[in-house]
Amino acid sequence: MLGKVWAVLRKDLLIELRTKDSLNAMLFFGIVVLVVFNFALESLRDSIRTAVPGVLWVSFVFSGTLGLNRMFASEKENSCLQGLLMAPMDRGIVYLGKTLAAAIFMFIAEIAIFVCSLIFFNLTVWSEIPWLILVFSVGTLGFTAVGTLLSAISVNTRMREVLLPLILFPVVLPILVNAVEATNIILNGPDYRALKLPLAIMTTFTVIFGTVSYLMFDFVLED
Amino acid sequence: MIEVQGLAKYFGRFSALRDLHLDVSDGQFIALFGRNGAGKTTLLRILAGLSRPSAGSVWIRGSRPGSLDARGFTGYLSHNTALYLDLTALENLRFYARLLDLSCADADLERRISRVGLAGRAREPVRNYSRGMQQRLAIARAFLHDPAVLLLDEPFTGLDREGTELLTNYLDEARSHGRTCLMAIHDVPLGYALADRLVVIEKGGVALDLARKASTLEEFQRRYRDLTEEC
Amino acid sequence: MDLTKQKKLDAFLLGILLIGMILALYMAFLGAPRERTMGDLQRIFYFHVPSGIVGLLAFAANFVASVMYLIKKDRKWDSLALSAAEVGVMFFMIVLVTGPIWAKPVWFVWWTWSPRLTSSLVLWLLYLAYMLVRAYVPDPERRAVMSAVFGIIAFLDAPIVFFSIRWWRDMHPSAMIEKGGIDPAMVPAFLTCSLVFLVLLVYVIRRRLFLESARVELERLERAANLVR
Repeated sequence: MLGKVWAVLRKDLLIELRTKDSLNAMLFFGIVVLVVFNFALESLRDSIRTAVPGVLWVSFVFSGTLGLNRMFASEKENSCLQGLLMAPMDRGIVYLGKTLAAAIFMFIAEIAIFVCSLIFFNLTVWSEIPWLILVFSVGTLGFTAVGTLLSAISVNTRMREVLLPLILFPVVLPILVNAVEATNIILNGPDYRALKLPLAIMTTFTVIFGTVSYLMFDFVLED
Repeated sequence: MIEVQGLAKYFGRFSALRDLHLDVSDGQFIALFGRNGAGKTTLLRILAGLSRPSAGSVWIRGSRPGSLDARGFTGYLSHNTALYLDLTALENLRFYARLLDLSCADADLERRISRVGLAGRAREPVRNYSRGMQQRLAIARAFLHDPAVLLLDEPFTGLDREGTELLTNYLDEARSHGRTCLMAIHDVPLGYALADRLVVIEKGGVALDLARKASTLEEFQRRYRDLTEEC
Repeated sequence: MDLTKQKKLDAFLLGILLIGMILALYMAFLGAPRERTMGDLQRIFYFHVPSGIVGLLAFAANFVASVMYLIKKDRKWDSLALSAAEVGVMFFMIVLVTGPIWAKPVWFVWWTWSPRLTSSLVLWLLYLAYMLVRAYVPDPERRAVMSAVFGIIAFLDAPIVFFSIRWWRDMHPSAMIEKGGIDPAMVPAFLTCSLVFLVLLVYVIRRRLFLESARVELERLERAANLVR
């Protein structure tokens, strides 16, 4: 089974490597959002570091949503989904492969966006980096765990990709709140012990929604 | 053995299929005829497990369509090729072979690609192929696991004379191996030549069902025309 | 349950409701004591909180109906899920409107971002999203499946949302702290209002369900009529 998950994941990585459609769009959009925030938060120039967690995660979420939309839009082309549906395997395998692919793309975009934010907002972070990577990873996994399921739902509706942000954002609010807080604790906060709770909530979120989405994916997939 | 009893499929107010009965024995080759919107595609999709019936029962070789077992011995081909445009032909087949639990070496896959007349273009992205070439590759994909039950929805769409010959060869070979096939087709003479049983779907049900031996082509065409011009 | 028994039950519930509403209004405005700091404004509490409780019950009903639909594939469960979600959204709108009305005179702001109010807002958005999913899937069978899946996700999300917001508030405390406990003298009024709202919930869901079942039946008849032609 893991071999098939890897096959699905590898296929998406291969296509992305060749076309770079998703990554380009995600990167570009994420950076544009950073620039817009720079203008919007001009008055916070001196204490910008306090606003950075929120700005970062809004940028990540917008960028990630773009990636999620591409996830199933590319399967709709030529009804490739049909091929996946006809394969004699648990349909949850498609879910796992797609979620991991979406998480990897989103994580790559996040690193790039983060590096840009260091430049744009003149931040110095060295010892914080391992912790940041941890928070980014857990948050991204949680986001894509439920995002992949909701993307499969929205792509089959009349509004298609437009519906995804509308139904996704309310659902991933816990991830957003905890991720911003955790990032804030790392960048500006008192001490790392406070990270335990947000990380625990994000992990719980990921586990619950990962499991539930895996189980319900069969209902949602259709061509 | 395919057993369809009282099959119905609704889309809200619209019934695509109603009270359809069909029994297919192993090794039979059925040509499905009918007007656009008669229900042929819906029937094939339900048999493939891509769509769930609203009512009635369907059994394929003792399994429910779409179940893990059924997917293992069913092959589905429609005019949507289900090919990833940004992957090469070889990569596409490699991917599907992996999902179908087939351990095919690259040499084997390349042979299959040559067989559908795409030799030398196996490592090009499918995006560069013409419509007819994509359809040929789709044929190779559908027959990859040599399925016992073939469900084909207008498979000759987009094929030139050579491609048509190619697919006919595949079908003849499948028939000689005792595979079962249901094929929706618009070209009446071609369908008549290939099948041993002729079924006409009209208004969501089976309107005509006869063995090819029981009727000449002209007779069948006449009856088909009468049926579909009724309204 | 056949039609006459249904009508009798609905009439009975309506009767209880009318009496109950009058009783609740009396208890809330005249029976319950006047609050020390906020005065009569506090009486909103007797409608604000029960609405929230009843809204949560409606969403729980949606969850159960969604799960049952995925298991049984019976359209009746889908109709119940839709009815419960709509009624839940309605009750949460009451919460979201009475909240600011209560907050403005007390804290001089329309919106307090308190855990309760914020969670109510997010829940309201979640179930509006549920309605959006329903609105954009044209085929009834697919609609039922998709919305059932989303309904389950939304309900599982609700407690996590609540805890996240509450923890966030703990990290960033505000001056506007909502009172926790309730004065024992207020309990009878609160209970009366809660019970009346519960009956209201059941009644409105039943009426909505009746409407939806009629629509499903109409669909079936149209389908039969299309065939005859």
